[in-house]
Amino acid sequence: MSIEKYNYTPKDIVNIIKIEIFPYLILVNLSNGMVFTEVTDIKWEGLVLNEKKGIIITGAIVGILATVLVKLGNPVNMGLCIVCFIRDTAGGLGLHRAGVVQYIRPEIIGMALGAFIIALISGDYHVRGGSAPFTRFILGIFVVIGSLMFLGCPLRMILRLAGGDLNALLGLTGFAIGIFIGVLFLNKGFSLKRTYKMQKSEGYMFPAVQLLFLLLLLIKPAFIFFSKEGPGASYAPVAIALAAGLIIGIGAQKTRLCMVGGIRDMIMFRDSHLISGFIAVFITALIGSLLIGTFKLGFEAQPVAHADGLWNFLGMVLCGCGAVMLGGCPMRQIILGAEGNIDSVITVMGMYVGAAFSHNFGLAASVSGPSSNGQIAVIVGLVVVLIIGFMNTDRSAEVKMKGDVKLEI
Amino acid sequence: MKYNQVDTRGRSCPEPVLLTKKAIVQSPEGVQIIADDTTARDNITRFAKNSGYNVETVQQGADYVLTLTR
Repeated sequence: MSIEKYNYTPKDIVNIIKIEIFPYLILVNLSNGMVFTEVTDIKWEGLVLNEKKGIIITGAIVGILATVLVKLGNPVNMGLCIVCFIRDTAGGLGLHRAGVVQYIRPEIIGMALGAFIIALISGDYHVRGGSAPFTRFILGIFVVIGSLMFLGCPLRMILRLAGGDLNALLGLTGFAIGIFIGVLFLNKGFSLKRTYKMQKSEGYMFPAVQLLFLLLLLIKPAFIFFSKEGPGASYAPVAIALAAGLIIGIGAQKTRLCMVGGIRDMIMFRDSHLISGFIAVFITALIGSLLIGTFKLGFEAQPVAHADGLWNFLGMVLCGCGAVMLGGCPMRQIILGAEGNIDSVITVMGMYVGAAFSHNFGLAASVSGPSSNGQIAVIVGLVVVLIIGFMNTDRSAEVKMKGDVKLEI
Repeated sequence: MKYNQVDTRGRSCPEPVLLTKKAIVQSPEGVQIIADDTTARDNITRFAKNSGYNVETVQQGADYVLTLTR
């Protein structure tokens, strides 16, 4: 929470007090006693609020909560990991039978519900879909296969780096190169084409499914699997993990925090907006890991990681390239899905299936390194992503302009 | 005043900004962009301001019409 006093001179506005209780914003005009409340993305005429501040705060909150979750029981350097948690949830539902990674993770549920509720309240809830859904489903599968070769989504990559795991540097390099390849396609005219408006009820299904997962977690029926050992058996208390997810879901929806968007926008537009959130996650998670004593610098014997540089690199090339084509990192797909983007919901479903395939077919890497099945799957994934890239790139496409009128002033 | 118009409705991130970028290269004097969500609206606004354009936004039903001028 912060309170600031503005001395704003133009026109009739003289003194404004700004009270910020994230993500709410209260403006009190002392000159006439008017009170104005809104969520933080509001742009009030004449008063330009710093968007960047919001994304840095959200990034910092993500880094802090990731640290808290590790302290309270989540695996080390895995306070938050979208792909790992989707993998654990897929295991909990019995979609795969890898006994060490089965648990319905409340963080994901919280993020989806938090983003859904805040989108409804702030008018960002728009149900739409129809932009190459099955292509997105396939991309979702391969983004997870790439991430599980590296053992972490882009968010966990930052958390691993912040925990001193230098293998994540190779992951980050691969991630940036994957993004660069995706940007080349975008610049050549890659597009999965437009979405269309859909009925409101369609958008309620995804949060409803997440709510069902929460019920399954709380009721613990016999058909749900819970790991007895391994990463799946390390978890923070349900209420705290759920609350952390809700807070992150709200912040990420309002600020559009995205791990892939940060590097992409730097390459494409020299825009540092999204990457500032990425950096904020790193800094707070670094301080956090030093404070709770999990920081360990080096390549070898890092928690839930392996030291095969080439495959850490290639896994994240696949993840980065696929995520650019999808328009956002795995976390962003969950937020977009909750806002009513059905294509992102389909992508997330592809991620559950990809996670199940990864363990059913022995594709996921383990602490001892990548499996040969996994290496084949990553190569196949890179080929598939390139084919998807070429098939959806319309080289002849110029920007279609309506009117084609010369500017008359 | 009449501007060339670009429709970015339904496009996923970052296509609306990319289309805007291409549009101002083709007609640097000014251009009108139609967007249908707040993400695209805000991203286009930020990009346009970073590129030295003034942005005027009008809401038309569920869409936003952004007029970019020097």
